[in-house]
Amino acid sequence: MNRTALLAALLASATAAPLAAETHRVDPAEGAGALQEALILAQPGDVIELGEGRFALTDGLSLDVDGVTVRGAGMDRTILDFTGQQGAGEGLLVTSDKVTLRDFAVENPKGDGIKSKGADMIVYSGIRVEWTGGPKATNGAYGIYPVESTGVLVTNSKVSGASDAGIYVGQSRDITVSENIVTFNVAGIEIENSRNALVTNNIASKNTGGLLVFDLPGLPVMGGGNVILRENIVKDNDTPNFAPPGNIVASVRRGTGVLVMANDGVLIEENAFDNNPTAHVMVVAYVQKFDDPRYNPYARNVIIGPNAFGRGGDDPQLDGKEALLAAFGGALPPVLWDGIEQDGDGLKIAEGVTGWTLNLKTPGQSMAEAQPGPLQLTPLESWEFPEVGAPAELEARLK
Amino acid sequence: MKWPAALLALSLATLGGAMADAQLTAPPVADAAITGSAFPAKLSDFGFFSQPREQMPNLGVRPYALGTPLWSDGAEKLRFIYLPEGTRLTADGEGLLQFPVGSAIIKTFAFGEAANRRLIETRVLLHRADGWVALPYRWNAEQTEATLALAGGRVDLVTPAGEAISYAIPNKNQCKTCHGKDGKVTPIGPKARNLSVRWLGDMLEAGKLDRLPPGAATMPVWAGYTAKTPAEPFARAYLDVNCAHCHQPGGGASNSGLDLRWEQRDPHAFGIGKRPVAAGRGAGEFEFSIVAGHPDESILLYRMNSAAPGIAMPELGKASIDKQGVAVVRRWIAEMK
Repeated sequence: MNRTALLAALLASATAAPLAAETHRVDPAEGAGALQEALILAQPGDVIELGEGRFALTDGLSLDVDGVTVRGAGMDRTILDFTGQQGAGEGLLVTSDKVTLRDFAVENPKGDGIKSKGADMIVYSGIRVEWTGGPKATNGAYGIYPVESTGVLVTNSKVSGASDAGIYVGQSRDITVSENIVTFNVAGIEIENSRNALVTNNIASKNTGGLLVFDLPGLPVMGGGNVILRENIVKDNDTPNFAPPGNIVASVRRGTGVLVMANDGVLIEENAFDNNPTAHVMVVAYVQKFDDPRYNPYARNVIIGPNAFGRGGDDPQLDGKEALLAAFGGALPPVLWDGIEQDGDGLKIAEGVTGWTLNLKTPGQSMAEAQPGPLQLTPLESWEFPEVGAPAELEARLK
Repeated sequence: MKWPAALLALSLATLGGAMADAQLTAPPVADAAITGSAFPAKLSDFGFFSQPREQMPNLGVRPYALGTPLWSDGAEKLRFIYLPEGTRLTADGEGLLQFPVGSAIIKTFAFGEAANRRLIETRVLLHRADGWVALPYRWNAEQTEATLALAGGRVDLVTPAGEAISYAIPNKNQCKTCHGKDGKVTPIGPKARNLSVRWLGDMLEAGKLDRLPPGAATMPVWAGYTAKTPAEPFARAYLDVNCAHCHQPGGGASNSGLDLRWEQRDPHAFGIGKRPVAAGRGAGEFEFSIVAGHPDESILLYRMNSAAPGIAMPELGKASIDKQGVAVVRRWIAEMK
């Protein structure tokens, strides 16, 4: 009986009488086929253990079984190497619920690194996705890419080199992105068209922009908001934008710490910002044309609480840079707002937060009509913001 | 418009005495292999063919063809359905024919002409009590048997266009990447709108179809395309058949918001003036999926016209560029006002 027949027979018996969860070990010497086969034949609750070493892959991998854990020997010990990839849009695609991915690396995928779509209650922990040639437009778009999912935890992971976002959570809800290190991506972490997201204790450094919170028109899932950016280190985000033109992140200015575009409810507090040469925090409306009646292009209810703002805004990638720097005494204040708000519900700041505004009035208004000036808002004494983040059981799964 | 010669040949072959003899001596299709819970290790375990190498269908297995087929590096495709004794298909308007539990859809991919024809893989869709299951089988070099290739595989071959490619046999999960809708496996091809009235009529007459559905054969027959026919129906049919299994609500690429189904009438939804969402470098230098009148500024055409992984669309089942498909879609976009 050959291996496939044996596995098929095993599977048949397993289906007839469900067995207890099992651990299946796959080592690099067994090859990519054995790994993909293990992912296909896994039963709910099983653990696929990836041995130490380098798996050389020519095709994307995929997992479509609920409740499976894929666990390597460590993000520097088990490497899924897609340098020779010939097909598929990502390194690993997950389409099932309650999956845990931990302790392995994905290197040089031709498209995205790991994508999970419609995969609820997913955990990424101790994952590294890296394009080893450094920042290049030919790198794949997203490193860690959960989309259309409820319940997402991305933690203790590292992404470097993504030509769009290192960690991108899109069209999802109940999200925690914590304790990750994102470097040399166009966007370090991006939360897009998503609700109830907590982004905390991450380090975003050497990206074009550190942390992005976007809400865009024309997507199946709309209405981004209730996002907290708390206790992150956002520094040295000065890599020139290397995104392929045409993508929304291609418009991100080099040297942006946090960028909020549209959205309803974003709280930015207790972060440490340093050396982001355009702006530590930028809050803007969506400026492009759209014809989606569900869409609101305004940034609403954005609160900038206490943060540590170091040096920044001293080499902005902005038109009229010299005049601006001269006007503000050599460096722009930490917060840049376009001034565009709906019904007086736009940007709010805590005591001591300084900034400047373009004093624009409507989304899409020409930058030529900007009237830059200091931010003059009455500071909030207190505020309320909902508690957000992934369900506690995702964190508990890692204990 | 002319139906592909392959179908004609097959329907003639159905009448052939040799085939009938082979069917009489071959064991019947193994219904238990279709409905059981196992993944049969060999294609012959199903008994779909009385003469596998010649792709002669067994009793109860019927060839069919699509007006506009999915392009797969120029592979010749031999398509069959199997219906268990005493069952029949149910029509659902212009859409997908409804298959009874116990039926199967079989598609063999082959390259090379006549005596040089080489069977590469056969994909089966099995309708089991708990839903459809998709399995890929890879043919051996001797062309005597195809074995289950759960993890897929690669085969070096030369396409009819003369390109040497590394052809990818999909793994079982990749089958679902295209055949998945709302998380479940589903057939894609046999929709009434893309089947001939003649074939549907034959099925009706044989008692294998409940009725002739309205909206049958409304898609154009791809082989009938000429530079004088209007480009739009061909382009839209091509995009439906080649792209819409992912690019539709509930499909694998639903998050892109691009909906390339035949029935989609909203120009923004099928790409005109639509910005990319997660295209990455797949967007090239461009801002919109389709720019009316400007095919060379349209992301959709750019990605069709690439074979580079990470850029190329479709992401699966394509290692070379479909020049005719590109030409038709190019003309459609160029002629848009």
